Amino acid sequence: MSTLTQKKGFGATVWDYLTTVDHKKIAILYLIAGGFFFILGGLEAMFIRIQLAIPDNNFISAGFYNEIMTMHGTTMIFLAAMPLLFALMNAVVPIQIGARDVAFPFLNSLGFWLFFFGGIFLNLSWFLGGAPDAGWTSYASLSLESPGHGIDFYALGLQISGIGTLIGGINFLVTIINMRAPGMTYMRMPLFTWSTFVASALILFAFPALTVGLALLMFDRLFGTGFFVPQMGGNTIIWEHLFWIFGHPEVYILVLPAFGVFSEILATFSRKRLFGYSSMVFATVLIGFLGFMVWAHHMFTTGLGPIANAIFAVATMAIAVPTGIKIFNWLLTMWGGQVRFTVPMLYAVAFIPSFTMGGVTGVMLAAAAADYQFHDTYFVVAHFHYVIVGGVVFGLLAGVTYWWPKMFGRMLDETLGKVTFWLFLIGFHLTFFIQHFLGLMGMPRRIFTFLPGQGFELGNLISTVGAFFMAISTLVLLVNIVKTSINGPKAEADAWGDGRTLEWAVASPAPEYNFKQTPLVRGLDALWVEKMAGKKGLTPAEPLGDIHMPNGSFLPFTISLGLFVASIGLIYQFDDKVWAIPVIFIGFLITFGSMFLRSVIDDHGYHIHKEELMDDDDKGVKA
Amino acid sequence: MHVEEKLTAETFPASPERATLEGKNKFLGFWLFLGGETVLFASLFATYLALRDQVNGGTPASELFELPIVFVATMLLLTSSLTSVYAMYHMKNFDFKKMQIWLGVTVLLGLAFLLLEIYEFYHYVHHYDHKITSSAFGSAFYTLVGTHGAHVTFGLFWIVTLMIRNSKRGLDLYNAPKFYIASLYWHFIDVVWIFIFTVVYLMGMVV
Amino acid sequence: MVTNHSNSTNPKVDIAYRRKKNAEDMKHQVITFIMTLFLTLVAFFAVAYDYSAWFTIPFIILLAVIQLIFQLYYFMHMSHKGHEIPALFLYSGVVVAAVTILAFTTIIWW
Repeated sequence: MSTLTQKKGFGATVWDYLTTVDHKKIAILYLIAGGFFFILGGLEAMFIRIQLAIPDNNFISAGFYNEIMTMHGTTMIFLAAMPLLFALMNAVVPIQIGARDVAFPFLNSLGFWLFFFGGIFLNLSWFLGGAPDAGWTSYASLSLESPGHGIDFYALGLQISGIGTLIGGINFLVTIINMRAPGMTYMRMPLFTWSTFVASALILFAFPALTVGLALLMFDRLFGTGFFVPQMGGNTIIWEHLFWIFGHPEVYILVLPAFGVFSEILATFSRKRLFGYSSMVFATVLIGFLGFMVWAHHMFTTGLGPIANAIFAVATMAIAVPTGIKIFNWLLTMWGGQVRFTVPMLYAVAFIPSFTMGGVTGVMLAAAAADYQFHDTYFVVAHFHYVIVGGVVFGLLAGVTYWWPKMFGRMLDETLGKVTFWLFLIGFHLTFFIQHFLGLMGMPRRIFTFLPGQGFELGNLISTVGAFFMAISTLVLLVNIVKTSINGPKAEADAWGDGRTLEWAVASPAPEYNFKQTPLVRGLDALWVEKMAGKKGLTPAEPLGDIHMPNGSFLPFTISLGLFVASIGLIYQFDDKVWAIPVIFIGFLITFGSMFLRSVIDDHGYHIHKEELMDDDDKGVKA
Repeated sequence: MHVEEKLTAETFPASPERATLEGKNKFLGFWLFLGGETVLFASLFATYLALRDQVNGGTPASELFELPIVFVATMLLLTSSLTSVYAMYHMKNFDFKKMQIWLGVTVLLGLAFLLLEIYEFYHYVHHYDHKITSSAFGSAFYTLVGTHGAHVTFGLFWIVTLMIRNSKRGLDLYNAPKFYIASLYWHFIDVVWIFIFTVVYLMGMVV
Repeated sequence: MVTNHSNSTNPKVDIAYRRKKNAEDMKHQVITFIMTLFLTLVAFFAVAYDYSAWFTIPFIILLAVIQLIFQLYYFMHMSHKGHEIPALFLYSGVVVAAVTILAFTTIIWW
């Protein structure tokens, strides 16, 4: 099993990925699927910007604009940013803590397939009568009135992928708590692992609220309940609360791992230990905690009352404190370091001012009284794109470039990478900086066009030009990926030469068992400690022995497929289609049948024997 | 100590559910899952509390609820919690047969609870025309209590599957964590019910 | 993965000790159960007797919380060693749950 070098046929490779429970392969699956949805969401963004390039444009219709706008937001948050972060977490976190695998390899795979089928299901709506059109927040009175099945696809698709995310979150928590190598204490964990830990905890507590909200929305639309129907005594504000109790922590679920990525990159390319490590950990946990106390700042104008608004305003502003701690720590990490401006480092350096701007407008929006002016204008659009693109997307681009050699064994091209970076940076600021002013001038968000002579022409045109910069930059990135995967230079174990953490001690890409011998961690930045002690490799914590590995399984795929099938039936039973009820049953039969098989068939995994591990050495396969 | 190794009462560890790494992971992962379930039920409780007076011209809670049924249901579920504790007690003592018997009793009590709940819902629908579609109160009530009922149903299938699957092989370190977390799940269902009978039924009777 | 191994070298002595400890634990469980039944009865009676709602509601919620603690610490063994992280996460969940319920009962008034 350890003969990774053997060539496999195409069919065998596909089957391998369909059944894999190896966190490194699941990372690649997340990267491909997340990348696909990122491009899809990007295309939707281009439709939006082309439509808004000039006043009174009729490039797309108003109704189609609503669908595009809704799907852009939903796709980017749930189907692009989250899975791409999961790709990085899966690729890196187990190796960073010196583990051979995640705690639940089977569930890891299940989480991916649930996300994937949920995303496909959501996008099926394009072909089955129209996509959801009530905005990514899908506020209840609007979403209940939406004709067709778009919103039903939204509710069920996000439900399925949300379960996948929850499973992924629990898996990372248990992995980080239980699977750390000897010596890897909590306060020696790399910051990316820490931020994954906190983000996973947020997933654990935030996603159930979304699960409930989506279920109630589905009940209202498909089964005639009255949660959000005022005529029946229902209350639409309940949806808003449930959505934002999930939605606000979701923002931190996205941005904290990005913070972690930058903390790794800044330390590596400054050749310095991260400044203020313990305060970074403290700030991460504090942001996670406060993230749950601020959701109602999205609802200031619903009339919660002055006391509630004041409490949520103050709590929101308080988040600026731990975030500020982080900003200063990053700056001081670079201070006096031997800074190397590689592509990941460029993103990190550009991130600091970009994200800070998003943070500052965040504090402006947190002032409840002022928010009555800003609310539902392009100011808000500019703000959240500064934090989500300037924080999360920069983080993803940086992280993918940084760990690409570890995932695929080849370096990305630096020159093309720099082209991507500059185009993206310029495009990003061109697109969104001007939107602050459009918003302050009164341009409302979520409109499909605007009239001439109101002073919005120039700003929107600039914004559209910027969007094209970002689109071209993404194309350059794709070219880079194709080019280097054909003839890119092979990556060393320590691909950047200055690696500090454990993932840079194993081969690129890592062998399926990660570590031949579990390492002994002797300090923060475990690999750096060994390097400074003049050692070539890690100090092993155990003698060479057999390694226990989990078996692959096709069941995660079928469990998810069953839910996908059942959801189609659930949507169409509303139309009294005769085939709908049998489809629901077949779907649930597939899901529960697969779960039943999983629980009655014992799976003890297999062992890679000591002799094979030693053979690997002889053949020159690095481990 | 291999997971499938045949053990005796002497070699069986004191905390069999956490004796292997797989067991430790299952144990912790399940507790974390319960933390998430807490928020899930809290969202349903919160929705119910916000909507409980919105009867839309139907019967209000204080005239609807049948406290005797609820009381009997509560007793059944509380007792099933104790019987599953007995099952775990015998598991720790490596007495597989007694563990199976007590799990069986737990399942029977859970089943009785479930039947009572179905009867109760039937009663509300047919005597008071109180349906999930009649009012926001009805929607919130059936969704909250029904979600709990669905958890009970799932728990019953889970425990029965475990009992049948392992009936021939006895206890080992592979299945001990499975039994243990199934019993944790059962207790959690009981905890949720404590809040349902307090917040939904008893508070519903207090006008 | 060998943990929780006995310290004693004589398994017979060890098992006798463990059986005794388990039996003692079980005795606590039965006491807990009786307490739980009692608290449930008190709650039902408190509602049956028409006290003011301002007394009854906080009172029965308090009883439910006590029952919760009994269940967690005895039936679910949270009082045993090795439950620090489960407790941390469960209580974090309880905090989020409490904030949610507080919000829904105070700032939803339409």
